[in-house]
Amino acid sequence: MSEGFEQPVMMKIDKIINESDDTKSFMFRHNLDYKPGQFIMVWLPGIDEKPFAVSYSGDDFFGITVLERGNFTKLMHNMSVGEQLGIRGPFGHGFSIPADNIKDGSGNACVIGGGCGMASLTVLIERLQDNNITILNGATTKATLLFKNRYKDITIFTDDGSEGIKGYPTDALEDLHKENSYNIIYTCGPEIMMSKVYEFCKKHNIQCEASLERYMKCGIGICGQCVCDGQMVCKDGPVFDSQALSSMSDFGNYSLLKSGQRVSLKEYGEWRGC
Amino acid sequence: MTTPNLTIDLCGIKLSNPTVLPSGFLGTSKSLLKRVADNGAGAATIKSVSFEPREGHKNPTVIPFEAGLLNAVGYSNPGAEETAREFANIKDVSIPVIASIIGTKTDDFVRVVDKLSANGFSAIELPLSCPHTPGFGLLAGQGTPESTKEIVSAVRKATELPIFVKLSPNIPEIGNLAKAAEDAGANAITAVNTLGPGMIINIEARKPVLSYRVGGVSGQALRPIATRCVYDIFESVKIPIIGTGGISTGRHAIEMIMAGATAIGVGTGIYERGIDIFRKICLEMETWMSENNFNSIDEMIGIAHE
Repeated sequence: MSEGFEQPVMMKIDKIINESDDTKSFMFRHNLDYKPGQFIMVWLPGIDEKPFAVSYSGDDFFGITVLERGNFTKLMHNMSVGEQLGIRGPFGHGFSIPADNIKDGSGNACVIGGGCGMASLTVLIERLQDNNITILNGATTKATLLFKNRYKDITIFTDDGSEGIKGYPTDALEDLHKENSYNIIYTCGPEIMMSKVYEFCKKHNIQCEASLERYMKCGIGICGQCVCDGQMVCKDGPVFDSQALSSMSDFGNYSLLKSGQRVSLKEYGEWRGC
Repeated sequence: MTTPNLTIDLCGIKLSNPTVLPSGFLGTSKSLLKRVADNGAGAATIKSVSFEPREGHKNPTVIPFEAGLLNAVGYSNPGAEETAREFANIKDVSIPVIASIIGTKTDDFVRVVDKLSANGFSAIELPLSCPHTPGFGLLAGQGTPESTKEIVSAVRKATELPIFVKLSPNIPEIGNLAKAAEDAGANAITAVNTLGPGMIINIEARKPVLSYRVGGVSGQALRPIATRCVYDIFESVKIPIIGTGGISTGRHAIEMIMAGATAIGVGTGIYERGIDIFRKICLEMETWMSENNFNSIDEMIGIAHE
């Protein structure tokens, strides 16, 4: 059985924040029992339902951050304060809040977000804020960068060099690790990036935790739609550690379309439009 | 006292215990079937496959309620060819695997059976009873004795494998329908599919929760009906029954076996108790059987009729 809401509960949009040209955050007045890395299902009655990470979490509020990229998210972007959305969850297995040596500040952690993947990492970053963490945030271009002003120590990367360092966050890992010797690296973003992070961690014997994305249906671990090598992303994940990732040959390679057809991540990405 | 023997013979297929994963739960990939096997299931069924790929209904497709689940997934599947590839060398899975096959026309079933013929499945299941997908099951009139006979006879000619026919609990005289399936060459009856369709409305949204609006009812709400269906079918046919509907404990399983089931399906229970429910149910059955002096499943099948 899951904790939280089994059926969608209608919640009023309390506030809308424009995060970038194509991304908005929707805030709700509710104390959600949420662990960083978990997700909620958002229902537009009569339309569809999709999973989202919780990107803001406090004692009496939470929020989700939504990139406009298809019909569903377009409808969300057209909504106003006071309108209602259905929320069920939270679901899934989140990030492990780290080993004692990171909690007490004697160990080091790195958080790497790519594109809208940053939205899955913000609550984690806030839980780790008193510790010595490195935050790396990558995006294709300046206009799509998320949360660049939310943290004071954040290193920005853009593919085109329009802001921050030109290139990918993974390019900087080798040097940063020499300087900080990380105990753990958390990541969420394009799977090709996360796969590079995982490989880097494996090579340097660093614990890795990655948040995976697969097309979901039930959200509660029974339908099998979001399977990744015997793991259900909605229930066993979406966050997987190095040990789980090492046995997932689909990680970085394959995903299932809505029909259940297993295709390359490239083809999956084209279908998802991300 | 020795540990009770949970093994069964289901029309020639040897199962280490009577628990079976029904179609529509987790059966999307070989990797998940292996995990189901590792968690103690006696056999597993793949997600139903049609000749052409299908995307199914929009989300929400599955929604829990107080007494089970309501679902209208809409038979999403990657089609026969892709399914044959995903489940190639199915004998790699350590338990018998059943292929669930759907079609809109009789010929569709045969074409899918042909595509999967080299995979090594242990049986073919024909769910002629889905309550919520246009073109299939009840909505295509497949739940009548005439259609059941026609489809089973056609598949009988196409395969040597045992054929299981999955029936709807909605059918008033379910024994007659089971008899029609038996007469046409079916080797076992799976009873039952989901009940309904049912509906759940979110009153704040003033809308049905499922995108398809209606869906099949499974879980606790279905169990007494499923047990009665199995009881009725047991009186009508000689072939074995896979009793399915709301079983989540060893006691439920034994109740279903006493009604007449040889094997038992466990689907919605996975949501309630986790993927290791198969092992849990087996342990609970063993304990109860030991305490009540039963040594084998065979001794309990249909004894509620005596």
